[in-house]
Amino acid sequence: MQFFLDITLGGIATGMIVSAVALGLVLIFRATNVVNFAQGAMSMITTYIAYDVLRRGADYWLAFVVALAVGLVFGAITQSVLIRPVQGKSPLNAIIVTFGFLIFLEGLAGAIYGSTARNYPAPFSLSGQKLGGTQIAFSPFDLFVVVAVLVLMGLMLVVFRGTDLGLRMRAVAFAPEAARLLGVRVRPLLTLGWALAVAAGAMAALLVVPTSSLTPNFMDVILIYGFTAAVVGGLDSPVGALIGGLVTGLSLAYVGGYLGGSLEPMAALALVIVSLMVRPEGIFARPAARRV
Amino acid sequence: MSALEIDSLSVSYGAVHALTDVSFNAAEGQVTAVLGANGAGKTTLLRTISGLVQPRKGSIRFDGERLEKMSVEQIVRHGVSHVPEGRSVIEEMTVEENLRLGALWRFGRRERAGVIDEIYELFPPLSERRRQHANTLSGGERQMLAIGRALVARPKVLLLDEPSLGLAPIVTARLMAVLRDLTAASELVVVLVEQNARSSLSIAQRAVVINLGKVVVSDDAATVASDTELRHHYLGY
Amino acid sequence: MAGLRSTVQALTAKRWFRLPRQPMLRHLSFAAVAAVALYFLTQWLSAFNDYEVGQIGFYAIALAGLTLLTGINGQISLGHGGFMAVGGFTYALLVEHTTWSLVPELLVAVGVSAVVGAVIGIPATRLRGPYLAGMTLMVALGLPYITNQYNSIFGGDQGLNTPPPTGPASVNPTEWLTWIQLLGALIVLVLLGNLVRSRFGRSFRAVRDDEIAASLTGIHVARTKVIAFMVSAGCAGLAGAFLALSAGGVNSAEFPLALSIYILAGVVLGGTGSLMGVWWGAIIIVYLPTQWSQSLASDFHANALVSANLAVIIFGLVLIVTMLVAPGGIQGGLRWLAAKGAAYLSSGGVSNMTLSLQEPTDRPVSDGESVRTTTK
Repeated sequence: MQFFLDITLGGIATGMIVSAVALGLVLIFRATNVVNFAQGAMSMITTYIAYDVLRRGADYWLAFVVALAVGLVFGAITQSVLIRPVQGKSPLNAIIVTFGFLIFLEGLAGAIYGSTARNYPAPFSLSGQKLGGTQIAFSPFDLFVVVAVLVLMGLMLVVFRGTDLGLRMRAVAFAPEAARLLGVRVRPLLTLGWALAVAAGAMAALLVVPTSSLTPNFMDVILIYGFTAAVVGGLDSPVGALIGGLVTGLSLAYVGGYLGGSLEPMAALALVIVSLMVRPEGIFARPAARRV
Repeated sequence: MSALEIDSLSVSYGAVHALTDVSFNAAEGQVTAVLGANGAGKTTLLRTISGLVQPRKGSIRFDGERLEKMSVEQIVRHGVSHVPEGRSVIEEMTVEENLRLGALWRFGRRERAGVIDEIYELFPPLSERRRQHANTLSGGERQMLAIGRALVARPKVLLLDEPSLGLAPIVTARLMAVLRDLTAASELVVVLVEQNARSSLSIAQRAVVINLGKVVVSDDAATVASDTELRHHYLGY
Repeated sequence: MAGLRSTVQALTAKRWFRLPRQPMLRHLSFAAVAAVALYFLTQWLSAFNDYEVGQIGFYAIALAGLTLLTGINGQISLGHGGFMAVGGFTYALLVEHTTWSLVPELLVAVGVSAVVGAVIGIPATRLRGPYLAGMTLMVALGLPYITNQYNSIFGGDQGLNTPPPTGPASVNPTEWLTWIQLLGALIVLVLLGNLVRSRFGRSFRAVRDDEIAASLTGIHVARTKVIAFMVSAGCAGLAGAFLALSAGGVNSAEFPLALSIYILAGVVLGGTGSLMGVWWGAIIIVYLPTQWSQSLASDFHANALVSANLAVIIFGLVLIVTMLVAPGGIQGGLRWLAAKGAAYLSSGGVSNMTLSLQEPTDRPVSDGESVRTTTK
């Protein structure tokens, strides 16, 4: 029973991180109809930059802010330079460009930093806490993870539903041409969408890295899980990203705990296949077709 | 206020000539009906005026400005509002959100409520459904929303692409009546593209008939409506 | 210049200068010419270079399969190295456990790969674009885990051995293997060339362009997509078996994710959907990660880290830059040049020349010019 509880809690924490990654993917997909395969690699780069900042003596939170700020800029530049030229064309072009960017960034990180694993600190204790006498596998850091992702989602919700900017971004995502005809400036909003998404990814990576270790490939498997979560929840639904993330995180935790850790990628694949066969658009996706 | 002046407008999609040397004027306070068979180029005409398509040559003049070189965003800010074909309302948003979207570029928070209320007065059914998502509206209500959203920013030129498409005759009649009254009261330039010639001619003052990308008739609406041969030949009734 | 122009026009107008009309004959005549040329090439080159030419041959096979799947049928696969692994391991297992000769073993490897292609292809029919790409990526990433789980069958870290086939005593074994690989490549290309021009090829393209329209004309969309996957996987399987022969053995390290990336980059660079373009991609795959990047690294006095990662960096750039600048790849660029040349040489009207570089209604993946203006 204790084991089950521990695994469940671990699955929730993982699930929240996966949700954050999925949220970045969903944001970009909704805004620009592109799946950013380089999402994980881009957040790996922001993490390395944060690491450099830490090494120069800065404290954790300064590095955190730097990572997010770099993420914003990085996302904006990437969208303007790499994605804008291929946005209107066949989706295969954008897939290949983002995939190429993924491996380019990993090669670059390998060339600059090498593949030796580095340690990135956590802002809170990583050891499980005592709750009323029993030791549970849920640390202060895990709590921070859950809170951080919930705050992120809350912010997204507020921005999208409550502000004019959010209204414009939703309009551009749902009906770009109609939005243009109402005077909405579409281009800057697409760039902004990418900026926010990559910043979200940067935060997700910072939540992963204390329990993993910093290498050029460390976000690969999280990207896969984020993709799984987005598929399960629906690539155009932020709520779906959250639910999909939790489902994925918990499934992986149970498979890893009871069947062995090396089967986790296969479990994710199985989850994707089952989800696609049962409900291809995802649990929370809107059935309406996208309009031009 | 001035008229919308289209002069020698030619538009091509690659090798296909969609519009050739189209010229006509649409005066303020008047409905100018643009008629013709499917594929004649009517939609292309509107998309060129609103800036979604660039013309190969020709000019679009309004209010002392030449619109053909401007971007869509600039054209909108010069007072041109285009309601595209089909139900262009954003289904995932509420009625209120759709209308607010239309007002964003022009009105700050304080004035917005006022101008949106004007639209609710114009189209009472929308007022009852403020908080509903647009995908719960009927066809006629959606068209009201689309037109209302285009009117929120108080445009000077209103371009309508087949607003009666798919609507029951009685709904169409009501819609046309609202358009007629609105145009007369506000000095709006209205360019109304329709396949349903009869209903549009009933509220229009001018009619332009396009066939295979060229203007074949440009005359008073009453004259066109009474010319049975022309109607048979180009308009199908 | 006018003299040159009219001379070329006169030459190309004569019937004897034209290539045979029927696709099969045309392809076979090409293949025959190529076979002869390649024979002389292998004689002229040293043994190691023969080995590389053989590698170019089997990478061309893998690329041909992927270019068919992605360029002509519109389904992207980011994990094609996985199918190569299936072919390679199947072949190795047959060598280990049976006494069959080369050709049956290769055919079985192809068959098994095609079956796996169907296994992946069936759920893939429900997917489009990024979903499909993501799923194929997951397959490629997950495959090493399978081979690691079942160590006893797959030989674990050491893997299985695949000694090269013995040919006639008078022929150097490396040369013999190279001939086999090149022959395999030519056969595959001829077969695929005919497939592309056949009814199947047309239905592949129809499904790529517009699934709904294709199904309205009676094409069974899902079946077409699965067949494309099977053919493509079969090609990759054959290439994987050849890779096993070249390497002398297989283990999961022979088929890393990088392999899938190289194959994709090779297809994109050569020209997605172009069977002729696979040779460019194959050359790059064989030479770039090894010799070219090493000499590039030493030219710039790069440190060890950089040279280890240079190939990946360059391949990534190849993918990005090709897509942004020249989506038709090298073949697309050549076609563009040839079209310009033809327009120049003919008097501005329709050219008379039958350009051998042209392939039937092959649109590069980039062809996104639609009539409606798209929003940015």
